[in-house]
Parts: sequence; structure tokens; C-alpha cells
Amino acid sequence: MLTLAIVKKLETIVGAKNVYTGKSDLILYSYDATQQKFLPEVVVRPASTAEIARVMQLANAEMIPVFPRGAGSGFTGGSLPTKGGIVLTTERMDRILEIDEENLIATVEPGVVTEQFQLAVEKVGLFYPPDPASLKFSTLGGNVAECAGGPRCVKYGVTKDYILGLEVVTPTGDVITTGGPTMKGVVGYDLTKLMCGSEGTLGIITKIVIKLLPLPEAKKTMLVLFDSIDGAAQAVSAIIRGKIIPTTLEFMDGRTIDCVRQATGLQVPESARAVLIIEVDGDREFLDKQAEKIAGIIRPLGVVETRIAETPAESEALWQIRRSVSASLRKVNPDKFNEDICVPRSKVPEMIRKIDAIAERHGIPIVNFGHAGDGNIHVNIMIDKKVPGELEKAEQAIEEVFKGALELGGTMSGEHGVGIAKAPYIPLEITPQAAAYMKTIKRALDPNNILNPGKIFLED
Amino acid sequence: MSKLKQLEAFREEIEQCVKCGACRAHCPVFAAEKYEGRVARGKVALAQSLLAGEVDLEEKVLEDMSQCLLCGSCKAQCPNKVPTDEIVAAVRRRIAEQKGLSSFGKGIAAVLGRPKLMNALAKTGGAFSALLFKKLPKDSGLRLRFPAPYLEADRTLPPITARPFRERVPEVIPGQAGQPTVAFFTGCGINYMYPAVGEAFLQALKFLGVTVVIPKDQACCGLPAVSAGAAGTVEKLAAQNLAALTRHKVDYVVTACASCNAGIGKVYGDLGEEYRQLGAKTRDIFVFLVEQGLPGKLAALPKAARRTRVTYHDPCHLRTQGITKEPRAILKALPQVEFVEMAAAGTCCGLGGTYSVYHYETSKQIGAKKAASIAESGAELVATDCPGCIMQLQDSINHAGGGQRAVHILELLAEALPE
Repeated sequence: MLTLAIVKKLETIVGAKNVYTGKSDLILYSYDATQQKFLPEVVVRPASTAEIARVMQLANAEMIPVFPRGAGSGFTGGSLPTKGGIVLTTERMDRILEIDEENLIATVEPGVVTEQFQLAVEKVGLFYPPDPASLKFSTLGGNVAECAGGPRCVKYGVTKDYILGLEVVTPTGDVITTGGPTMKGVVGYDLTKLMCGSEGTLGIITKIVIKLLPLPEAKKTMLVLFDSIDGAAQAVSAIIRGKIIPTTLEFMDGRTIDCVRQATGLQVPESARAVLIIEVDGDREFLDKQAEKIAGIIRPLGVVETRIAETPAESEALWQIRRSVSASLRKVNPDKFNEDICVPRSKVPEMIRKIDAIAERHGIPIVNFGHAGDGNIHVNIMIDKKVPGELEKAEQAIEEVFKGALELGGTMSGEHGVGIAKAPYIPLEITPQAAAYMKTIKRALDPNNILNPGKIFLED
Repeated sequence: MSKLKQLEAFREEIEQCVKCGACRAHCPVFAAEKYEGRVARGKVALAQSLLAGEVDLEEKVLEDMSQCLLCGSCKAQCPNKVPTDEIVAAVRRRIAEQKGLSSFGKGIAAVLGRPKLMNALAKTGGAFSALLFKKLPKDSGLRLRFPAPYLEADRTLPPITARPFRERVPEVIPGQAGQPTVAFFTGCGINYMYPAVGEAFLQALKFLGVTVVIPKDQACCGLPAVSAGAAGTVEKLAAQNLAALTRHKVDYVVTACASCNAGIGKVYGDLGEEYRQLGAKTRDIFVFLVEQGLPGKLAALPKAARRTRVTYHDPCHLRTQGITKEPRAILKALPQVEFVEMAAAGTCCGLGGTYSVYHYETSKQIGAKKAASIAESGAELVATDCPGCIMQLQDSINHAGGGQRAVHILELLAEALPE
């Protein structure tokens, strides 16, 4: 229970103007991109690791739940204050502390916006590849906590592949560091990897040591139209079998093309039932050859048309087609459930067929697009919540989609995490023994269960 | 009851906000303050809660709603195009209805609603300007000698003219037969502070042989009143402008101020069909000049030996209407100009009308970024299409210690045209 005395103590720690208890402020920190709403009892905006440590010590002593928050742009409710308590936002901790050009390493605070960081390192010829769709507004702290992905993952991997070390405030208010600024390090357990994707349940990230790459000299973007999803999927496998790993391999299914065509007047032949956007990067002179090789490999697989961007503006125009998908979906139905299953690459067509069957069985439109290169499909179940029975149908369909993905050796989340949205489905994917192992870790580190409780696992 | 849209009428648009957070990347106020109450998503959530009766118009809600430049950047980038600027304006009208206007809002309503009083104040200001202001070097404006209500002493202001522009010119300036007739909506900025821009406007239209009508009885467009939530004043000014601008038969109503263009061209639309017709006739000066083929005529002029490096700042009220190419087309065609694009030309300068009066410190922080962009571009001049932006840009440059000057594109155009 949050008393006035505790609020006063919080004010002593972070300053009175960084503690909010007014109704309107609580509303402002009650939501994320899931469109669910839970009011906290207090919002605190600390500016340093020391302040966060003291907040956690107080919360632990008083048994008050704490919900860490970056930009609040998550899709699974990972930062929602489902039990009231304290929302702790890292918005004010937004400094890039160091870009070490000699060692290709940077150190940042958790509130740095991903794109701002990318631009800063690109200015000095370096590269931070993870690029979630929310990169313009999501924070690096949130990206690490959820282990964010993005289109470039097929070649470069996800957030955790770039995190060398962390500074973390533990649930009991201690400050620890994990890993460090070396490319190698095998002393003790790999707590850095444990923290990546732990969804703010095991500690609050206060500093991030990031591995950088040299910035590729150039990139080339191609848009390929196929007459079937099978052709597109076979193309993905064929490219990879051809020992080429493109930077991105994005796909859109026929229904997605129809949406975009309707919303934007996109000129695409009716016979196109799947699209791949393929991008390669590297040395300029090498790109033409690679694009040619890709075009040769995929030609026999039902290609309707290939468009290759010659300038950055043309490349941007191709990407704009992909970016217009999200908004165009609302033309189908007002409410969207965006799931992000991941299956082995070769199973993408089979998965799409399963999803089409589920859509037909329940009579609700399901639109698919995503990162074909790594088998990560964004399954968008489009309904109108106001129509009686639609919500139940959607829930049924979601469960069937998850089961379908698992049957193919996949997972129910490639990059959004579990949060509260997928917590009920955890037993479908994780065995009771594995779940118990994970819960033991949580219990050991957070004996009072005050840090982001109720996330990932349903509470017993 | 005002005919301007009530908050309830935005219910559907408010529901369209899916709280994705995309607006966080595009709000100049949020970039300066990093707090959810400053960004569109937060404001829409508060508007939603107001409609649901979960919060009242408490102090904190008033503060958050005041923290918006109404620049429309969020709407332009929103996947669902939620019109946060219009929603915030509707909340501000509700605040004014239920709590009364703020003291500054009352001042705005009192002065804007009475053009004669405005003239008298301007003339007084002009007569005493040497006493009230100290001049800054390089013609970059004036600074107050003493603090004044709502104006900080470290703020640069343009001199107020002793003789407003509309008093200097006849109501009708005939052009050539066969050319269109336009009404010039001067707006307050040109009339009282930048009369040279008005003169340049006339010179440009004379060059094309266009007949210009400058109705004497036109008033402020009302945008400051929109920003203050003063619905009654907006409607009164709209009615007066409609009468003034329809008294003569004209083909177009042309503005040389982005805010006025949005005011008479868009905001009045809710008030009825005749206002929508006025909006349909309204053109920004550079859209008009491009339509009239001016760039081609400028191309025929001899290029100057020494060209001035000039960059362009997009005023929000044009950018959000998609008017970005035309001002640049004119600038690029000028014989004495070397055009350079600056980074973030399309972000708000930080003025936001009444915003900069209430929140000058944040406004300065936003302006500082703009001043840095101008400096990085290497330009000697920053040209724009809005007197309000000129004032803010010059103030920001002066604070940053940059030597650049902010001008209206029309001033550069007048320089290039034969007398």
C-alpha cells in the first residue's frame, strides 16, 4: 500500500517534481501499444542509477510493485502497471555516454531512442543494426529488455547479439554490472544474455555497453512480385541455399498487397500474390553482382515482376510500400491483434496456409507480413470489437495460430515478448520443468516479487 | 454555442489513437521535455479521459494542454492521422468556456477583436519604440529595455511600424487586363511589423500585372484566438474577414503568412459553406506565383555575380498542408540566391503563437535546435513564408550568437525584380 510517507520518501530520492500522483499523470503512464490501461499509484522519473537503486530499496522494504518503463511502445503489455504501485520511467536517462571508435563500442543510458543512437554512430562511420519498426521512438533500454528485432535481423541478428555488458539495478536495490567492453568474456554465468529479453522482471537496466560494426558502404533494394506465397518462400530458401544472406528479406502476403493497393493506389498487377523486399548491403561494386545473382536464383520461382532501386530515393519508395502496411490494415477492420510468431524459414508457406485455414474457419480476416528471412511472421487478426462474438473468435484464432507455429517447431513470439498478452499461452510452448526453472531464478533474485510482477508468467 | 467543433465531435478520431507512441518521434515539445503529457499520445489519452469523465479540467490537465505548439507534426506522422492539433484546440475552447479565458487570452481577445485599438496600440508602440527598445546590431531586431508583461527582456522583436501597411496603400491597385484579381490578406505581422513584406508582395504582383485589392476592414485571421481557446473571438473575426474579402469580386485571396493561410483557408471551414468557399479561393503567395508561372520568368533574369547562400524554414501551417515545393521553387529560381537545404527544415521553430508567450523557455530550447541547423547549413540568410516564424527564427539566431538574418522570401524576390 502506497502511503503519503512513501511518496515523501520517493520525493526525497528523485526530487518532488519527478514524482507524480495526480490522476491525469497516472493516466499518462497507464498505457502502451496494447491499448490496455492500468493506473499506477505513483510515477517516478529518476535521473541516475543511484536514484533507481534507492527507489528499489524502498520498494523492496515496503513491498510495493515497481514497473519499469521505456517509451511505452511495447505490443505485449510488458511495462503496464498491472498491480498499481510505482511506474519507474527512464525517459530522463537519455545520454549517449561514449562512442569508442577505436574499439567499436558505445555506452548509453537506457532512455536513448534507438534511431538517435543509430544516427549518432553512423555519423562516425559505425553501425548499430537492430532496427525494430518502432526505432524512431522506442528506447534502447526497452529494446534490450524485450530483445527487439527488426528486418535486418536475418543478416545481423537481434538486440542481444550487440549487447556486451549492462549495468543493472537488482530487484533488491543493489547495482551490478554484467559483461563488459570486451568482445570475449566467459567468467561466470552470462547474466547479460539472461537480462536481454527478461522483460524488466529481473532487474532495471541503467547502462548498456553496445558492440558496433563498421557502416556498410552502400545498399541495394529490390522488390519482387510472385504469383504465389510458395514461390516467395522457396525464393527465401533458394537465396540462402545460394550462400547469400541479404540484409533483409521482408514479405507481404496477397491479402496485405490488396490492403496496400486499396489504401495507397499502389500499382501492382492482380496476379501478384506475394511480395519480397530484398535488400543487400556492403561494398558498392559488389552489390550489383549480388543483386544479379539473386535475380537469377529466384527467376524460375513464379516471379511476376522485379523492381530494383537505383537511387536512395527509389529505395525509400520501395520501403514506403512496406511501411504503409500497418495503416492500410485499418481499412479491413478497426481493431487489430498483431502477433509475431516465428517458424523455421522453410516452414513459412506451410504456416501461411495454416493461418489462411484458421481465418476461413472463423470467418475473420487475417493479414500476414513480416521478416521471411528469419521466419518471423506478423499475423494481424483484424476484427471489429464492437461486433458481438468477434473478440472471442479472435482469441480462438490466436490460440490456434500459436499452436500451429509450435507444431512446425516455431515459437509464439519472435520479437514482441510475452508481457501479459501472451502469458496465458506460455504452457503451450514451455514445459512445466523449464517454467519452474525460470520461476526459480525470478524467486531467487526478487524474493518479494516486486519487480514487474505478473509478466511472462501468470501468477499462481 | 460556438459552431467550431466541440470536443465530443472528435470522439471517433480520439478512438483512432492506438497509443503506438509514433508521435514521440515528431513532437518538438516532447523532444525538449521528455514527458508523456507533452506528446500527442498523452494529450489524446487525457482528452479521452475528459470525455469519459475520469478527469476534470484540473490544473495539471490545463498545463499539459497548454504545452502544444499546434504545429501538426504529430498528425502528419501518425499512422492513423489522429488530428491532435484540432483535439487540443477543442479542449482549449472547453477550458475557456468552463474556466474563462486566461488573462493573456483575454488580452488577445480584447485586442484582436478591435482593429482600431490594434492600430492605436501599434502607433503608440512605434512612436515610443526608441524609448522602449534597444536596437541590436546587424538589423537583427530590437530588444526591450524593460521587462514587460508576457514579454521577456531577452527576446528579440521586430520594430513596430508607426504607420501600418494597410494605411500606406490604396484599397485597389489595378493591374493589366486579362490578368487575375486577387485580394491580399495581409495579416497582423505584415501590417504592423513587416510592412516591407507587404511592399514586396505588391511589387511581385505588379510584375505579373495582377490587380490587387487590399480591403481596409480586414481583421486578424483569428489563429491566436484559436490557440487561446477564444471561440467567440474566432467567429467574430471570421465574420468580419468574410465580409471584407467578399466585398470586391476577386479570383483569389492571397496570403503571405502561413498562419493566416491556415486561418482563413482552413480553420473557418467549420463555420459554414460560404467560409468553405472562401477557403477554396485562398492561396499562399508562392503557390499563386508558381501557378502564374513566375519561376520561368525569373529564370530569364540574368544571374547575379555574387549569390547569397539562403536556406528555407518550412512554416508548420504550410508544411502540414503539403505546401513545401512552391516556396523552394521560387527561392531556387532567384538570380541572386544560392539555395541550400538545412537539416530538419520541416520541424517547428518553436513559436507556436501564444505558446511562446506561455512557455518561452521551452520555445527557446526548440528554437536553439533550429538555429543550430541554420548555422550548420552555412547559409547567410534563412528565408521563410511566415512573419511569426521570422520573428522566432531571428530571436533564436540572436540567442545562439549566429550572424544570420531571417527574412521573408518576398523580400528576396523584390530585390531581384526590376523596379
